[in-house]
Amino acid sequence: MYRSHVLVCGGTGCTSSGSQQIIETLEQEIKKAGLSEEVKVVKTGCFGLCALGPIMIVYPEGSFYSMVKPEDIPEIVSEHLLKGRIVKRLLYSETVTDQNVKSLNETEFYKKQHRVALKNCGVINPENIEEYIGVDGYQALGKVLTEMTPEEVIQVIKDSGLRGRGGGGFPTGVKWSFAAANQADQKYVCCNADEGDPGAFMDRSILEGDPHVVIEAMTIAGYAIGANQGYVYIRAEYPIAVKRLEIAINQAREYGLLGKNIFDSGFDFDIEIRLGAGAFVCGEETALMTSIEGHRGEPRPRPPFPAVKGLFGKPTILNNVETWANIPQIILKGADWFASMGTEKSKGTKVFALGGKIHNTGLVEVPMGTTLREIIEEIGGGIPNGKKFKAAQTGGPSGGCIPASLIDTPIDYDNLLAVGSMMGSGGLIVMDEDTCMVDIAKFFLEFTVDESCGKCNPCRIGTKRMYEMLSNICKGNATLEDIDKLEQLCYEIKAGSLCALGQSAPNPVLSTLRYFRDEYVAHVVDKRCPAGVCKDLLSFEIVADKCKGCTLCARQCPVNAISGTVKQPHVIDKSKCIKCGACMEKCRFGAIVKK
Amino acid sequence: MKSLAELQAIRDKMKGAINMREENGDKIRVVVGMATCGIAAGARPVLNKFTEEVAKRNLLNVSVTQTGCIGICQYEPVVEVFTPDGKKTTYVKMTPEKAVKVVADHLVNGNVVSEYTIGSVAK
Ligand SMILES: Cc1cc2nc3c(=O)[nH]c(=O)nc-3n(C[C@H](O)[C@H](O)[C@H](O)COP(=O)(O)O)c2cc1C
Ligand code: SF4
Ligand code: SF4
Ligand code: FES
Ligand code: FES
Repeated sequence: MYRSHVLVCGGTGCTSSGSQQIIETLEQEIKKAGLSEEVKVVKTGCFGLCALGPIMIVYPEGSFYSMVKPEDIPEIVSEHLLKGRIVKRLLYSETVTDQNVKSLNETEFYKKQHRVALKNCGVINPENIEEYIGVDGYQALGKVLTEMTPEEVIQVIKDSGLRGRGGGGFPTGVKWSFAAANQADQKYVCCNADEGDPGAFMDRSILEGDPHVVIEAMTIAGYAIGANQGYVYIRAEYPIAVKRLEIAINQAREYGLLGKNIFDSGFDFDIEIRLGAGAFVCGEETALMTSIEGHRGEPRPRPPFPAVKGLFGKPTILNNVETWANIPQIILKGADWFASMGTEKSKGTKVFALGGKIHNTGLVEVPMGTTLREIIEEIGGGIPNGKKFKAAQTGGPSGGCIPASLIDTPIDYDNLLAVGSMMGSGGLIVMDEDTCMVDIAKFFLEFTVDESCGKCNPCRIGTKRMYEMLSNICKGNATLEDIDKLEQLCYEIKAGSLCALGQSAPNPVLSTLRYFRDEYVAHVVDKRCPAGVCKDLLSFEIVADKCKGCTLCARQCPVNAISGTVKQPHVIDKSKCIKCGACMEKCRFGAIVKK
Repeated sequence: MKSLAELQAIRDKMKGAINMREENGDKIRVVVGMATCGIAAGARPVLNKFTEEVAKRNLLNVSVTQTGCIGICQYEPVVEVFTPDGKKTTYVKMTPEKAVKVVADHLVNGNVVSEYTIGSVAK
C-alpha cells in the first residue's frame, strides 16, 4: 500500500522537456531513501501547463512542482517524501502565497476551468487499464450493454445536446441515428485523431492521457449503431499517443472489454489503428475514409454522406477524439447533467489549446459560453510585457480573428460563426499589438496552399493567387483595387471548392478584412505596416541626436550596414540593411528607430 | 472479464488508491509529523499503518499526509486529525497499534480516543 503517489507528466510537452529522466532519477532516489514500498511514481498524461514542464505533482498533499530538474530530485525526496516538508522553492509560483500553499484548483489557471473531456488527464496512468477502471472506466459500457437498448443510447446522446468537437459542430446523437437507421451487413465507427490545425494538441493530449475513454466510447457507439469494427485514424507524428493507444487496445482485449461477446451480451467489437501521414485534408471526413481504404487522401463529393455510404461503402460514423471523450460520462451521469453546462445551443465544455502572446499557454477546458475575456485575462493570465490585446484567432486555417472590441463574446459555436470565425477544433491563438493582421492572414494562406489536395481548381489555384496578392500587399506593391479583387476571389473560392478545406480557406482573410481593413489600406496606400512586422515596409534609422557613438550596433550588425567613428553619430546604410533589428535590440540609448 | 461484477471488483480495488489524487475539502485529514525527531521516534511505521488501515477499510473520505516538525518533539510521534467541521485532535506518542485504534474508533465511528490525545498524556 502506498502512502504517497508522485505523478509525473509523460505528455509530449513534458517528455520533450525531459520528464523521462525525472522519472528515472526519482525512482533511483526513492529506492536509495528506502521508500520504494511507500511512494509510488505514476507517469500520467498532460496536465495542461506544458510550458512549465516537466511537471510533477505529489499526493496526497497535491503539491505542484513545475520545471523540475534532475538536480532537484534528491531534495524533493529527502525533504518532502521522507520528512513531509514541501520544497516551496520548487513549487509552481502561483500556488505559493506568503504563508501557505494553495491547491492547484485554486490557481487562476485552473479555477475557472471545468474538466470533463480532460477529467482523467494528469490523474491516471494511461498505460494501466486498472487505473482507468478505478475512476469508473468501462462502467458506461457495462451499463449500455446490460441495461440499455441501442435506441436508448442514441436518445441519451441526442438529449445531451452534444455537438461534434472536430470543427463542424454537428449534433452527435443525430449523426448516430442516421447510421443506425441504415441496414447493412457491416457498419463502421471511426475516430478522427488527425488533428491538423497548426498549434492544436487537445486530441493528442486526450489520447496520451486517457486512451481508454476513446475505446470505451467507440464501443458504445458500435453497439448503438450496430457496428462491430472501429478504426482510429491518427497521424504518425504523434508517436506517444499511438503507443499508448496500442497498449490500451491490447489491454482492453486482454480484459475482454474489446473482442467477442463483451460482458456476455453477445455484442462483439474491435478497434484497429490506421496511421496518417499528416496531411491536413485527411482530417476531412471523406478524405479520411478514402485514406483508411488505402487510397490517396482526397475528399469526394457528398451526398452520399458517410452515414449512408462511408468507409468501404458501408454506413459509418466519424467523431472527433474530444467528442468521444464526453460520451461515457454522459451515459453515466445522464443527458440532463451534460445539458446543464454551456449555452442554449452549445452544451458541455470545450478544450482549447491556448497559445500565442499569453502568460499561461497550455490546454484549458471551460464551459461553453465562457467569454474570451475570462479565458485570456483570468485563465491565461493576460498578455505579457504590458502589451495590449489585439485579437484572438480561433478555428485555425479555417477560422478567423476576433478583435479586442468583441472580447466579451461568450464562446460557443453560434457566436463564433456570427463574428466571422468558428470553433474549429479548438486552437486559440492570442495576438498583441505587435501582430500584423495581414501577415497573419498570409501565414494561414501559406498553410492552405501547402495543404490543398489539388483536386479542384478554385482551391488549388485560387489559394495560391490569394497568397501572392497578400505577399504583394505586405511588400507594398499593391493597390486599393487589389484589396477588392482579393475579397472577390475569397467569395469565388468559397463557392467553387469541393470540400470544407477550400470552402473555409478564405476565412482568415475575410475576417481580417472585416475588422482590420485599415491595416490592409495602410500597407497599400501609406506603404506602412502599422505593427512594424512586414520587413519590406520597414526602415531602420539612427537618430543622430540620441546616438552616443558607442559602436555597439556596428559590431552587432551581421551585414556591416552600420558605419561611424567612435563618439560620433553612426548611420545605417539602407541599401545594405537586411532589417533584422539586431542593432535596435542592443542600443542602450534608444537611438535606433523602426519606421 | 465477462461480468459487471468483475469490473466492479477491480474498480473497488483501485478506487481507494486513486482516491488519494482527488482534492476536496470534505475529507478527514490525518497528518503525521515526520521531521527528524518524529522519524527518530518511530513516525514512519505509524504513517504506514494509517495508510494501510485506511486502505484496508476503503475509507475514501480520509487522506493521510505527513508534515514537518509540529513543535512538540517530546511527544513525538505526533498525529493530528482534522475533521471537515474544522476540529483538530492531536494524538501523541503514537505507535502502529494505537494507530489501528484511532482508525477504528475516531475515523470510522467518530469517537475521539481521548487517552491518546495530548490533553490526557500531558497531565
Ligand atoms: C480540411 C479539414 C480538416 C479537418 N480536420 C479535422 C481534424 O483534424 N480532426 C477532426 O476531428 N475533424 C476534422 N475535420 C472535421 C471532420 O471532417 C469531421 O467533421 C469531424 O471529424 C466529425 O467529428 P465530430 O462530429 O465529432 O466533430 C476537418 C475538416 C476539414 C474540412
Ligand atoms: S477544396 Fe481543396 S482540399 Fe478540398 S477537394 Fe478541393 S482541392 Fe482538395
Ligand atoms: S548602439 Fe546606439 S548609441 Fe551606440 S552607436 Fe549604435 S545607435 Fe549610436
Ligand atoms: S505535456 Fe506535461 S503538462 Fe502538457
Ligand atoms: S480547369 Fe476546368 S474550368 Fe478551368
